Amino acid sequence: MSLQIEHVTKRFGDFTAVNDLSLTVGEGTMYGFLGANGAGKTTTFRMILGLLTPNEGRITWNGKPISYATSPQIGYLPEERGLYPKMKVEEQLLFLAELRGMKRSDAKREIGGWLDRFEVPQYLNKKVEELSKGNQQKIQVIAALLHKPKLIILDEPFSGLDPVNVELLKKEILNIRNNGATIVFSSHRMDHVEELCEQFSIIDHGKQIVSGTLKDVKRSFGQQNVRIRSDYGLEALSGLSGVTSVTPTVEGAIYQVDSDETAERLLTEALKAGPVRQFEIEEPTLQDIFIAKVGKEHA
Amino acid sequence: MHEFWIIFKQAFMTKAKTKSFIITTVLVVAGIFLLSNLPRILDSIDGIGGDEPTTMKVIDASGKLDDPLSAVLQANESDITIEPTEESEKDLEKQVRSEDIDSFLTLSLDESNTIQAKYTTLSSIEMSLPEALRNALQTVQAGIKSDELSLSSDQVDSLFTQVNFENNNISTSAKSEDELNQARILVYVLMFVIYFAVILYSGMIATEVATEKSSRVMEILISSVSPVKHMFAKVLGIGTLGIVQIVIYGIVGFIAFKTSASEATEGIGSFFNFTDINPMTLVYAVVFFLLGYFLYATLAALLGSLVSRTEDVQQMIMPMTLMIVAAFILAASGLGNPELVYLKYASFFPFFTPLVMFLRVGMLDLPMWEPLLAIAIMLVTIFVLGWFGARVYRGGVLMYGPSRSLKDIKKAIQLGKE
Repeated sequence: MSLQIEHVTKRFGDFTAVNDLSLTVGEGTMYGFLGANGAGKTTTFRMILGLLTPNEGRITWNGKPISYATSPQIGYLPEERGLYPKMKVEEQLLFLAELRGMKRSDAKREIGGWLDRFEVPQYLNKKVEELSKGNQQKIQVIAALLHKPKLIILDEPFSGLDPVNVELLKKEILNIRNNGATIVFSSHRMDHVEELCEQFSIIDHGKQIVSGTLKDVKRSFGQQNVRIRSDYGLEALSGLSGVTSVTPTVEGAIYQVDSDETAERLLTEALKAGPVRQFEIEEPTLQDIFIAKVGKEHA
Repeated sequence: MHEFWIIFKQAFMTKAKTKSFIITTVLVVAGIFLLSNLPRILDSIDGIGGDEPTTMKVIDASGKLDDPLSAVLQANESDITIEPTEESEKDLEKQVRSEDIDSFLTLSLDESNTIQAKYTTLSSIEMSLPEALRNALQTVQAGIKSDELSLSSDQVDSLFTQVNFENNNISTSAKSEDELNQARILVYVLMFVIYFAVILYSGMIATEVATEKSSRVMEILISSVSPVKHMFAKVLGIGTLGIVQIVIYGIVGFIAFKTSASEATEGIGSFFNFTDINPMTLVYAVVFFLLGYFLYATLAALLGSLVSRTEDVQQMIMPMTLMIVAAFILAASGLGNPELVYLKYASFFPFFTPLVMFLRVGMLDLPMWEPLLAIAIMLVTIFVLGWFGARVYRGGVLMYGPSRSLKDIKKAIQLGKE
C-alpha cells in the first residue's frame, strides 16, 4: 500500500508546474510537502487525485493508476475550504461521505464522534457559512477523513487554525496514521513538517530541491550550528577555516560550520582562551535548510 | 451510477429545501388561487362599495328627449338615472368645477331633428359613461327618425339586420377560427411557462456550478465522480425540480379552476375552455419544454463552469439569456400571424425551436416532418453541446482567476485535456 510518483512532469503550455518529481510514500507513513505558494504542490496533489494527467511519468497507488474506482480509498482536503456554504454540517458530511462510497447509516453514526473529538458537536445542524473559518476548517478535515480513507491528501491542513486546534488536528492525524493510513500533506510551516513527517520534499518552482528522511537531509545538509558561551574573548575563532558565518550573542557566539571536525577545532581554540561554560552542536532546523535552499524571500 | 444518484439527489433536495424555492412556490400557488377566484372577489368588493347608480343632470332644451333617454337607459339595465334640471349651463359648469357633480349633459334638437348632445366633465378619463349615453341617444335618435319616416319597429329592426359573415377555410387541415383562438391562448400561456422555466432553471444551474467552484467543493466532487457525470446529474436534478414545481402549479391551477367554477368564473372558464384543443399541442409543449430545458441547462452548466465567482455568473450567461429573449420575441411576434416566413426558418434554429416551433406546431397544421426534424436537430445539438460542455467543464472547473469571457472556453478545453 504505497503511493509512488515516478519522474512526473506537468506543463501548462510553456509553463512547467512540476518538473521531474519522484517520491515514494510508504504505507502508514506521513509525507510532507514544503514549498512556497505556486511551487507546484497543489498541481502535484491534483495529479495524484487524477484531476490532471501528467505530461510525463506516472503515479501509482498500490501499483495501479489512480482512477474513480479508487476514489473511495482517498481522502482529500483542498487548500481553501471546499464546502457548500448553504448546506448544514450534517447533510454536507453525509453527502460527501456517500460520494466516497460510505453507507449513509454508517456515516450518520460516526459523525457525532468526529464532531466531539474536534470539540464542535454544537454545529451539527448549523449552516457552514455560519461557522468561523477555523471551525469550517475542522468540518472540512472531518469531511476528508470520515470515510476512513487509506490515502489522505491534505493541502495546508493547519491554515486558519489557532495553536490549540492545531494540536487537536495533529493528534487526530497521528491517530489515523497509526491506524495504517498513508498521509501526504503540504504546509508552509516547517515546524509541523519537522514534527509529523518521516519523509519530506522541498519543492521550488516545480523542482524537488531536497527530499528524503529528516535525519538524512539534516546530515547531508553539511552545515550545523555551534553555540559557545564563554567569559573569555572568542575573537580568534571567527577566522578559522570551515566557519561560514558568525552570529554574536550576549555571552558568546553561534558559528555555522561545515563539518564535525571544524566544530571540534572550535572547541579546542575556545578552551585555549579560557574555560567554556557552554558548548553545543545544534542540528540545522528545517527552517535553516529551507532558507538555504529556496532563498530568504520565500521563507 | 451510484454517485450519479447521490449528486442528483443532492442537487434536487438542497434546492427544494431552500427558503426562496418554498416561498416562490407558495406565492405562485396563492397567486393561482387568487386569480381563479378574482371574479368572485371583485364581485364581493362591488357589493360592498362602488358601482352605485350614477345620477346625470340633463338640460333638455327641446323638452322631448329626457323621457325617451330615461326609458332607453332603463331598457338597457343601465345604472344611469336621468335627472332633468332647470339650472343654467353656467351653474352646472360651476358645480362641475367645484366637483359637486362629476358631469352633466346638454341636449337639444336642431331643425333636421338631429340630437345635439354635449357632455361636460372636468377631464375625459371616464370612458364608459359617455359611451353608454351616446349609445342610448343613438337609439333615441333612431326612434325619432323612424317616427318621422313613419317606419314600424319591424322595419327599423330589419334596417339593422346583422350581416352573416363567416370565415370559410377550405384547406382540409386548417383550423377553425375558434380553434385558432383557443390554440393562441394555450400557446401563449405555454410559451410563457417554457420561457420562464428555461430562464429560471438554467440560471439556477449556472449559479449552482459557479458556487461549487468558488467554494472549491468542486475539487472534492470531481475527484470522486467524473465531471461529465457530475454535470449531467446536476442538470437532471435541477430539471426534475423544475418539472415538480411546474406539475405542482398545474395541479393547483386545475383544482383552483375546478373549485371556483361558480357563475362568476364562467367567463374565465370559457376563456380557458380547451375542449377542442388538439391534445398533440400539450404533448408538444411537454417535449419542447424538456428539450429546451436540457439545451439551455447544458449550455448554462458549461458557462457556469468558466467563472470562479458567483458574481460573474450573470455576465457570463448574458448571451444565453439574450438568446432565450430573442426566441420569445420571435415567437410572440408570430402569435398574430404564425405563417410569417422568417418564423419557419427560425423554428429550425435549435435555440429558437422550443418556442418558435412550438408556436407554429400549436397554431398551424404543419406536416409531421417539420416538428420531427426540429426535434431531431435539437437532440443532436443537445448531444453535441453535452459532449463539448463536458470537455469544457472538465477543465473549466479547475480554472480559477478572473475568467469571465467566452474566450476562456479554449483555455478550459486545453486544461481539460491535460
